[in-house]
Amino acid sequence: MTGTAIISALAIWGAGWFINARLAKSAAANTRLVKLLVPAIFGLTLLIMWELLVRLLEISPIILPPPTMIAERFANETPTLRADFQQTIIKGAMTGYVVGMFAAFAIAVLADRSDFLTRGILPVGGFMAALPIVGIAPIFVRWLGSDWESKAAVVAVMVFFPILVNTVAGLRDTTAMQRDLMRTYGAGYWPTLFKLRLPAAMPFIFNGLKIATTLALIGAIVAEFFGSPTVGMGFRISTSVGQLALDMVWAEIVVAALAGSAFYGLMAWIEGRVTFWHPSQRK
Amino acid sequence: MKSLLPILTVVGAIILFWIVSVVPMNMHLTADLAQRQDIAVTPDTPVARQEYSGIGLALRNPQLFGMTYTLDRPRLPSPHQVAVEMWNTIVMQNITSRRSLVYHGWVTLSATLLGFAIGTGLGILLAVGIVYNRAMDMSVMPWAIASQTIPILALAPMIIVMLGAIGIQGLFPKAVISAYLSFFPVVVGMVKGLRSPDGMQLDLLRTYYASPAQGFWKLRLPASVPYLFASLKIGISASLVGAIVAELPTGARAGFGARMLVGDQYGQPLVTWAALFAAALTAAALVGFFSLAERWTLRRMGMHAV
Repeated sequence: MTGTAIISALAIWGAGWFINARLAKSAAANTRLVKLLVPAIFGLTLLIMWELLVRLLEISPIILPPPTMIAERFANETPTLRADFQQTIIKGAMTGYVVGMFAAFAIAVLADRSDFLTRGILPVGGFMAALPIVGIAPIFVRWLGSDWESKAAVVAVMVFFPILVNTVAGLRDTTAMQRDLMRTYGAGYWPTLFKLRLPAAMPFIFNGLKIATTLALIGAIVAEFFGSPTVGMGFRISTSVGQLALDMVWAEIVVAALAGSAFYGLMAWIEGRVTFWHPSQRK
Repeated sequence: MKSLLPILTVVGAIILFWIVSVVPMNMHLTADLAQRQDIAVTPDTPVARQEYSGIGLALRNPQLFGMTYTLDRPRLPSPHQVAVEMWNTIVMQNITSRRSLVYHGWVTLSATLLGFAIGTGLGILLAVGIVYNRAMDMSVMPWAIASQTIPILALAPMIIVMLGAIGIQGLFPKAVISAYLSFFPVVVGMVKGLRSPDGMQLDLLRTYYASPAQGFWKLRLPASVPYLFASLKIGISASLVGAIVAELPTGARAGFGARMLVGDQYGQPLVTWAALFAAALTAAALVGFFSLAERWTLRRMGMHAV
């Protein structure tokens, strides 16, 4: 039984790999279709192997539920998953993200008025961004209660530093020539900021915003490990792990993955719209 | 050196903000305590005090300012309380004691380092594969990039349980999460680095009649070093966060994450704060170590250290 399982899994792997190798070497390798098809086949091979190995080796679903079981759970528990999604992503992560973003912009523009402050904030902010900020979660849950407000606060602090550092760095990214040009036009501080420096900073700002998307979800989910009402993705993950209902945990992870990719994709899409002029956006 | 003064100013401003915040944050607790010690408080019932914000109450009771800094279980401890707690748990304790933060730090750090070593090793291997095999590049790279957008830490509790179910406990499950978190930054960075030599340099090697192996060891690998260090600095802090988070939902008994949880559950904020700062110091030390190593290596290699 074990032998057949391993041989059939290897056969599927080989078949998928063979198709991909052929596709990658074929003349059509640079078309859009093939570029999407190859990772899709790779992902599909992994899923089929997962399913096959779990079924044939009779691995207990407590250790690793097969993908079909997870999909079934996903379909059956949609209302619960939707409620968790709203609690954690919409209320916790999104609110915190927006608050942290505007706070970071405000501080960055303030700090930008003085070269002294800019030179202080860049290293300190970069340093803070590397620290395990998610550890503040228990403190904020204690201060602000266990509902989504505390999660939003954790998220706001977590996304603050990457956005701040990138915005401050971006605001410095104009050449003396460009600034002189604005001065010869008679533009004051604010017109220069809005017409030259903010647009020039946009690639940096979006870099920070994209990094912050993942941090926002992590902060909202991890903060729920420290206390939450009986709804939310972090709550569901920790309680389902306790009940060994791993198919539910996987279903939540699928939601987290979809939400994370969609959130990142949204920021990347807006970035493309806003910084269409930047060399990195050229096709 | 030119930025030393600005940095100190910013750090000073943050600490000042912290010190000022202690008073309103702890005012309600302090007022309750003061009343029990027969110190006059306006207004004089807890219910009436709930009507006021922390700032409002503080302005009415300036005589209590000093007390807000010395509470046993403050809502916001003052910097010196955290410093004293850290001194007591790091320096004054035997490092094998369960009350020592060095002991807990080592539990977290060993998982971090083991996971980081595994993740970096596998990441570099996969990156080499991606650079040299087009099929691998096309199938794996999109997933590696997409994985950056997913809150991978949500996986942590499950990995612990999965490995626990097949009898693996303790250090290794945490290391797996750390490895996973450092793996992808290293893959993405190394692929970029190994591809950084431009066509001109590759052509030059071809005119020297260099074998592919020589091309790898003499050109691609050295060229990837700055990218590798950038990834290592991201990876090591991600590893530490992974090890800490891995300790949270599973009731680990030792480690920074366990300390944060214990302090939270038993209402000992100083324990949580000390663990938080110790974790931050550890992260800072690790990132600082890699920055130094980066500077030293790049200088030895004749590149400009940034």
